[in-house]
Amino acid sequence: MLFNKPAPPAKNAWPLLFVCWLIAAVSTLGAIFLGEVMGLTPCVLCWYQRICMFPLVFILAAGLFPPDRRVVRYALPLALTGLGFAVFHLLVAEGFVAEALTPCSPGVPCSQQLIVWFGFLTIPMLSVAAFSLVNALLVAIYLKAPQ
Amino acid sequence: MKQRIIFIGAAVLLVLVFVFASSSYKTQQTEQATAAATRNKEALVRFHSPTLGQPGAAVHIVEFLDPACETCRAFYPVVKAMLAENSDKIRLSIRYAPFHRGADEIVKLLEAARKQGKYWETLAALLAAQAQWAPDHAAHLDLVWPVIDGLGLDMARLRVDMQAPELTRLIEQDLADAKTLNVQKTPEFFVNGRPLPSFGLKQLQDLVAEELAVKSN
Repeated sequence: MLFNKPAPPAKNAWPLLFVCWLIAAVSTLGAIFLGEVMGLTPCVLCWYQRICMFPLVFILAAGLFPPDRRVVRYALPLALTGLGFAVFHLLVAEGFVAEALTPCSPGVPCSQQLIVWFGFLTIPMLSVAAFSLVNALLVAIYLKAPQ
Repeated sequence: MKQRIIFIGAAVLLVLVFVFASSSYKTQQTEQATAAATRNKEALVRFHSPTLGQPGAAVHIVEFLDPACETCRAFYPVVKAMLAENSDKIRLSIRYAPFHRGADEIVKLLEAARKQGKYWETLAALLAAQAQWAPDHAAHLDLVWPVIDGLGLDMARLRVDMQAPELTRLIEQDLADAKTLNVQKTPEFFVNGRPLPSFGLKQLQDLVAEELAVKSN
């Protein structure tokens, strides 16, 4: 049923989709800043999250012009997969999952917290927050559009 | 139309913020590196560091080098050319930052060649043929021997000298100094104690020209 739905003009969903794109774009630039400017080497789990987040910038932008609600279908698999990796990474980083179980290279352990802002905010937390917001917005867009 | 403006405006704004943040971060890093080099003058050059040029030269370039690093290979001819142009004004000291796998063995080989008075020709030969012995970003000592074959080195003595424990200590000292000076990538240059403002051949040439101009006034 999801796949057969026509795509009605979804002007009312545009602001939501725009905010969704904005979150993906900020996350992508943030990740590039951490990696390329600050020189932090991304661990394996970070790479999988990047693989899910970076394409969203382009996919969501393509859904903005002209407004196309179907973009949810194309973006959601990436967003959900990314959220999965982000949650797993957070569990590893917070010590709920043993390091030995993680698929990390010995060079950059995923459990290592390279950055702690304001005394508590770490990179995996930011990733979970970004992916959660993107997923929530995508679901909201899906529900909001006329059935 | 309004949506387009919002979108393009946001995209441009994000890119501008990114560029501004990057450049201010880099400036801050350069300032910190300069401060670290000033604070830790003794970490910049050690008594054991191989040095080329006059002791009283106006400009002293300290290069943190990994013999297996491709960018170091690319920089080396340019650095040598700068030295050749101003042989009485520029001095070069080599520090080791063997970050590549197996590169510490190559450093030991270089230092052993130094004992036979053939340091600079060995370094030049190794860098020129780097692709042969470091094809996969790792140094392979067994592939190095043919490269240095024609230099007239006493190979038996070289192999013995390479085992000297003081060479391990020398590398440890250089790596410790690299850490003190926040050298994380190679090559890293300090020109009269000043790090490059940003990485690049042009930046190195400009910094050397600047220091030469300052010193000749």
